[in-house]
Amino acid sequence: MLETRKQIILGFYFVIPLVLLLGVRYFSAKPRFGTYSHTTSEVKTVPIPSEVSYNFDVKPILSDKCYTCHGPDAEARQANLRLDKKEGAFGMAKNLSTLPIIKKGVPSESALIFHINSRDAVNQMPPADANLALTDRDKKVLEKWILQGAEWEDHWAYQRPKKSTIPLTQFEKGVAQNEIDYFIQIKLKENNLSPAPSAEKEIILRRLAFDLTGLPPSIDLMDQFLKDTTEIAYEKMVDHLLAQPQFGERMASAWLDVARYADTHGYQDDLERIMWPWRDWVIHAFNKNLPYDQFITWQLAGDLMEKATLEQILATGFNRNHKITQEGGVIDEEYRVEYVADRAITTSKALMGITVECARCHDHKYDDVSQKEFFSLYSFFNNIEEKGRIEYGETPAPFITIDKKIVTNKLPFIHLPDSISKVELMVMKEVDNLRKTYTLTRGQYDAPNEEVSPGTPLRILPFEQKFPKNRLGLAQWFFDENNPLTARVVVNRFWQQFFGAGLVTTPEDFGNQGARPTHPELLDWLAVTFQQDDHWDVKTFVKRLVMSATYRQSSRASEKAIANDPSNALLSHYSRQKLSAEMIRDNALKTSGLLNATIGGPSVKPHQPEGLWEETTSGQGLTRYQPDGGVNRFRRSLYTFWKRTVPPPNMITFDAPTRDLCTVERQKTSTPLQSLILLNDPQFYDAAKAVVTKVNNQNNAASAIEKIQSLFRSITLRRPSQEELILLNQYYDSLMESPKEESNPLIAIAQLIYNLDETTQKS
Amino acid sequence: MDPLHEHMMNINRRHFFKKMGMGIGGLALGSMLDPFGFGTNTSDDLLNAGPVSLPHFAPKAKRIIYLFQSGGPSQLDLFDYKPKLNELRGMDLPESIRNGQRLTGMTSGQDKFPLAGSVFDFKQHGESRAWISELMPYTAKIADELCFVKSMHTEAINHDPAITFFQTGSQQSGRPSFGSWMSYGLGSLNQNLPSFIVMLSRGSGRPNGQPLYSRLWGNGFLNSLHQGVQFRAGKDPVLYLKNPEGVSRKERRQMLDYLAAMNEEQSKIFGDPEIVNRIAQYEMAYRMQTSVTDVMNIEEEPDHVFQMYGPESLTPGTFAANCILARRLVEKDVRFVQLYHMGWDQHDNLPGQIAKQAKDVDQPTAALIMDLKQRGLLEDTLVVWGGEFGRTNYSQGALTDTNYGRDHHPRSFSIFMAGGGIKPGMTYGETDEFGYNIIKDPMHVHDLQATLLHQFGVDHTKLTYKYQGRRFRLTDVAGDVIHSILS
Repeated sequence: MLETRKQIILGFYFVIPLVLLLGVRYFSAKPRFGTYSHTTSEVKTVPIPSEVSYNFDVKPILSDKCYTCHGPDAEARQANLRLDKKEGAFGMAKNLSTLPIIKKGVPSESALIFHINSRDAVNQMPPADANLALTDRDKKVLEKWILQGAEWEDHWAYQRPKKSTIPLTQFEKGVAQNEIDYFIQIKLKENNLSPAPSAEKEIILRRLAFDLTGLPPSIDLMDQFLKDTTEIAYEKMVDHLLAQPQFGERMASAWLDVARYADTHGYQDDLERIMWPWRDWVIHAFNKNLPYDQFITWQLAGDLMEKATLEQILATGFNRNHKITQEGGVIDEEYRVEYVADRAITTSKALMGITVECARCHDHKYDDVSQKEFFSLYSFFNNIEEKGRIEYGETPAPFITIDKKIVTNKLPFIHLPDSISKVELMVMKEVDNLRKTYTLTRGQYDAPNEEVSPGTPLRILPFEQKFPKNRLGLAQWFFDENNPLTARVVVNRFWQQFFGAGLVTTPEDFGNQGARPTHPELLDWLAVTFQQDDHWDVKTFVKRLVMSATYRQSSRASEKAIANDPSNALLSHYSRQKLSAEMIRDNALKTSGLLNATIGGPSVKPHQPEGLWEETTSGQGLTRYQPDGGVNRFRRSLYTFWKRTVPPPNMITFDAPTRDLCTVERQKTSTPLQSLILLNDPQFYDAAKAVVTKVNNQNNAASAIEKIQSLFRSITLRRPSQEELILLNQYYDSLMESPKEESNPLIAIAQLIYNLDETTQKS
Repeated sequence: MDPLHEHMMNINRRHFFKKMGMGIGGLALGSMLDPFGFGTNTSDDLLNAGPVSLPHFAPKAKRIIYLFQSGGPSQLDLFDYKPKLNELRGMDLPESIRNGQRLTGMTSGQDKFPLAGSVFDFKQHGESRAWISELMPYTAKIADELCFVKSMHTEAINHDPAITFFQTGSQQSGRPSFGSWMSYGLGSLNQNLPSFIVMLSRGSGRPNGQPLYSRLWGNGFLNSLHQGVQFRAGKDPVLYLKNPEGVSRKERRQMLDYLAAMNEEQSKIFGDPEIVNRIAQYEMAYRMQTSVTDVMNIEEEPDHVFQMYGPESLTPGTFAANCILARRLVEKDVRFVQLYHMGWDQHDNLPGQIAKQAKDVDQPTAALIMDLKQRGLLEDTLVVWGGEFGRTNYSQGALTDTNYGRDHHPRSFSIFMAGGGIKPGMTYGETDEFGYNIIKDPMHVHDLQATLLHQFGVDHTKLTYKYQGRRFRLTDVAGDVIHSILS
């Protein structure tokens, strides 16, 4: 019996790698229209660690391959076996009743190992038709873990983070700038890698300016920085940029994705809505450095706060950014339920880093979130007097009205133009008689089942008596010192914003199916520091990130780093990143001198190709795109009018999300359509013309080569290398061979520079 | 590809460029991409097991043209012949037949649901004896090429959720479109054109009918390179395709050569594979400028083609013109061509509206199918014609001798298919004599999706993508392949 099993297992070991190899070969041959990279901590053939960890090595396998039938979902559970619970995993097997599922130290007497190695239809696990085959490595990990004693651990993300001790590690003199660097360094050392040197000054200031303001630095600021040889030169730049009002715009730009902000209702005829005053508030909140706990509490429950100010009420617009339908014929309650669910899903994805929507229809398959818990969370958002279907032209209630007087007296940060006397803005407002909430069978609006009361997933942190049973209580729960997720989730998202990928590469999922942190101790140290030392002060926290030597490293990767850590998870250098859609356009506007830096106010309509709205409209609502004239064309991209059913093409093509749903991470692609935009979008062509005019105006008498240098520096913020200058000069000469009356060859040069990979990257 | 191998390839690429000196412009365009099989970055595709083993079995079809009829065509006036409704004209729909069916808000206020037989004549056509109304004379002539499904049903009753359901397998937005799934799973057959192309046209039956939403051809959580690319009538068939005014192709070539050389300089410094990749994307963009323009140059078609597709085919942007383009695109091996024809939402004045609307599509659809057949392409090209739901057997609003309207009806409706290994000359499924409920062989939207994927050698339960911890499918958690319509 044992012999046969051994043979079978051996057979597997030979067959599987071959299949994988062939599969990958086949895949590699598959042509693609464009490419993309995706940051992930999962690496294909990682060696099995000498000490197998339940949380890091074992549970990801059990969750991904076994929980569907042996996990939290009670209805789908087979053989009455739960592998996500200790009692289940170490209990007795049902079929092989003499064996426990897992016998510590003895894989050969663990039913789990028998089943995963079995090849007969009855015993094989996972069954063939589940399409969830275990890899060779998976099996070895499970065996080794059991052999080593099968140590059980609770899920890491649900344990309250502890302030980790700062690792003791040696640095070359002057390398480490702050605590972050110690955590990064120790891991590099373990992996025989060393940190990259600091980036050149021209590179680091451009990187910093994009990260803190979403814009490149001005040439003047660059010169100031280059001249400043003091030790605090860099820190002075950090402080300067943090104090710019563009900091708020940059941070808001990222928050608008999370908040699924748009200027239209999103369904069917996709009518216009006014939410931009809420956007003005977000910018204002970041600029006045409203602490993160307040920033979130106001948005979740500003209306329920004691003596709520109008500003706090306005902040609750966050929970009204979801889509709303006006389609004739829909059932009101069906859509109202959608909106409430959207709020619950957005809240958990943005603040808990848990995707709960699975639990709308049934208990969660991977995480300990029951359907009842989903609807308990849902119930917090179920108490506003709102319609499922709105009329054409209606501002969905509840809303507040903001006029000139209110702006002057109470909300001076709202940029209400003179042409608009008042606006109506959707907000949250609790009804007097609270609605009862029920679980909905299969998530259907018309299938109420069991009554639930407000609450949160027990496994994360119980919703104790001390919390009021409303959105304010929910906010208090989020910022309770024992909440294990809130701080981790937000510091991870900030990390992602500055380093390109989170320490947890699945910012939307800290649960069982999510990635494990690459640097768990650092994540926890950051989380506790942000919470307890910084008291949620965002600017202080952001400053800590950008002051680190880790952030200031060069992005030149060593051969060794590329070979051993190709995704740069260990941060042995700074990861080059493509600029966001907004930054790419804003960069062209700023460097060419076209940018209109006005902050806030109603959305604007810059150039977009003709006919896009006209082609899809039914004739109702926003039927025609009428581009703005004048300087509104040159406003920053976060103000571009966002019609959800026809989003701005140059934003979408550069991986901006559609804003239909909460998004916490953008995709990263490289496609020919992006190249076409940079080459042919009149906005980029206009920028090329404008930057040439700017350079000519600076010194018209300068030689061509001087002007080329000046163009290069205006756009990339650095001086070209000798090789680069030779190439550009050759290009210029060849353009001069067949001069054209109409156009200046310098425009072609500027266009080329705008199309450089470097111009659209943070290096 | 393993990272080390990837790195070595980049080094090779660099050597390659060096060997060519600075004269990158001298490189044959195609050779920049093909020898390296670009597009194989470390990607989540590899971690999402689905495509690695694709196709799961031998495919029957290589390409698909989906002629989406937006708004909900009335099956009772086109294909599902119900003389009983004419007999019982004006009588109230029996409650036993309606049987609790949800109504839309547009007719839920009506006291009566007067049965409305079609004012159009129906005849049987071809050896298959398929019932087709007088509205579709050209389609009738090719009845034996077609497989009619009279028993489609869906879960949604309003346009937005219903059309989203057909395109993505889910009523709420956020999931990838059918074409995106195909692009993700099967890749492209043509390196010079996107694998998923979309074209829109406005119907003359109800020019201001239902809107469309670009998320219908969106990639959802799949990578955005699987997004449907809209091709449009006019001088700029793909957004931003045309060079700025006054920039010639030669000048563009020259700029790209220097651009590549400059990017190469950076690549030497940073060793970032993204830079090499960017060079390739620019070359692809350059090639698209000709490949797209060529394929969209419908004028080079001979006169007899325009005659075949009908007079409307001479007007760019019409459904008929888009049908010719669809054929040209599948000739170039574009994987998924999706046409949307708007205007099938006949709540009132149905007879007048639907006559115009049917005229828009009848001749070009039939021409497209026969054109593909003559060129030997129908064998492995699947053509699907249908909308998001059907229409009620009772009149919305007043019923007169010559006029009526019909509301949305999700419980039964008709579509047809041709080619791609689908059995020709057959009708699948049947509704009751009221044309209200299915009495034989129902086909759910997920069943249709499963069946179409099957024709491409794809097991719909295995084409998955892991997102937010869950493996998603086009067919969600349902769908059965309907084997009896396969040849």
